Amino acid sequence: MSNNAPQGGGLRYPSNKKTIYDRNLNRSKNAELSRAAFAYLFIEMINLAQKHAKDVGDLEKRLNNQGYPIGQRLLDLLLTRSANPLASIRPTRILTLLQFIAQTLYRHLFGRPADALERSNEDPAQYLLFDNEPIVNTYISLPREMSNLNCAAFVAGIIEGVCDHAGFATEGVTAHSVGNQDEGGKDAKGQAMWPGKTVFLIKFKKEVLEREEILGRG
Amino acid sequence: MVVFALFIISKSGGLIYNREFHAGLQKLNSNDLLMLAGSFHGMHAITKSLCPNPPVPPPPSSTNAASLAPSPFTHRATGLEVLETSQFRMQCFQTLTGIKFLLFTEPQQPNIDTMMKKIYELYADFVMKNPFYTVEMPIRCEKFDRGLDGFVKLRG
Repeated sequence: MSNNAPQGGGLRYPSNKKTIYDRNLNRSKNAELSRAAFAYLFIEMINLAQKHAKDVGDLEKRLNNQGYPIGQRLLDLLLTRSANPLASIRPTRILTLLQFIAQTLYRHLFGRPADALERSNEDPAQYLLFDNEPIVNTYISLPREMSNLNCAAFVAGIIEGVCDHAGFATEGVTAHSVGNQDEGGKDAKGQAMWPGKTVFLIKFKKEVLEREEILGRG
Repeated sequence: MVVFALFIISKSGGLIYNREFHAGLQKLNSNDLLMLAGSFHGMHAITKSLCPNPPVPPPPSSTNAASLAPSPFTHRATGLEVLETSQFRMQCFQTLTGIKFLLFTEPQQPNIDTMMKKIYELYADFVMKNPFYTVEMPIRCEKFDRGLDGFVKLRG
């Protein structure tokens, strides 16, 4: 497919004049990406974020911003592609939205659903999505000076994009490592079962909760 | 199946990783380890020039699909590969990028090649794909250590 040189930027048109908007939406439905290819790209993304970041929090914020537009686009794409026409409506309840994220979105991105979904006990506006082993972190070993960084902030950005775009405004979605917590999830040796276990804290805004309550009543 | 130690030497001859898997080995201080790596690097280069067989030039029409990726070592002499004594056997695996993996095992250890390939695979995964690793620097990657542990313990 030969490309004409762009005249001062903008879309490049192949010689048959088809743009990306003319492609069938389902064309890349089952397309897979090699984990190595993503890993190398992710290295550069992290380096780019690190260049201007002042500290770990800023770095996570930048990774979050890199994932946000992906979430926005994925919401529409996945709803359009869903096989069941009844299921291709935008989720209107919090639980439906979270199920969509934990099942459909996760399966599209990582080939498996998320591991657990909980509502926080301390804060009713906060929901927790657990992932025992985020795929984006498979090859990353954190240096000691950055041990509180979690590169799944990128995935948190994707989730935030989906939530915001679906009409459930969030204060923020953050990724936290809970791999070494002293919980019931330890094996016989006392080692943490899932050292890379990550929880995504999704904090919805007040208006969303009020709306949810009204919908619940009616 | 006993593996004694693993050393990784960078392209410039510096020791970037050393790990002992067997208890009871003679302790070397860090200076000795660096000298060992440097000496081996030099010796490897010298033995490359000492190869008695002249290098075989590649056949002019080598378009056979089965003859894999072009390896610089099929028609060029390589350096020291194996050093065997009554107590141990040292195997050196040099990658296409100039990294040398030195594996010390017991003398009658089968399947060293597969072990080397697996270690190289672990290196390519957990060191090269780590965003916080600078190439040619000492390796401080937790997942690489854990992967090696799992692999060596499994074999041994």
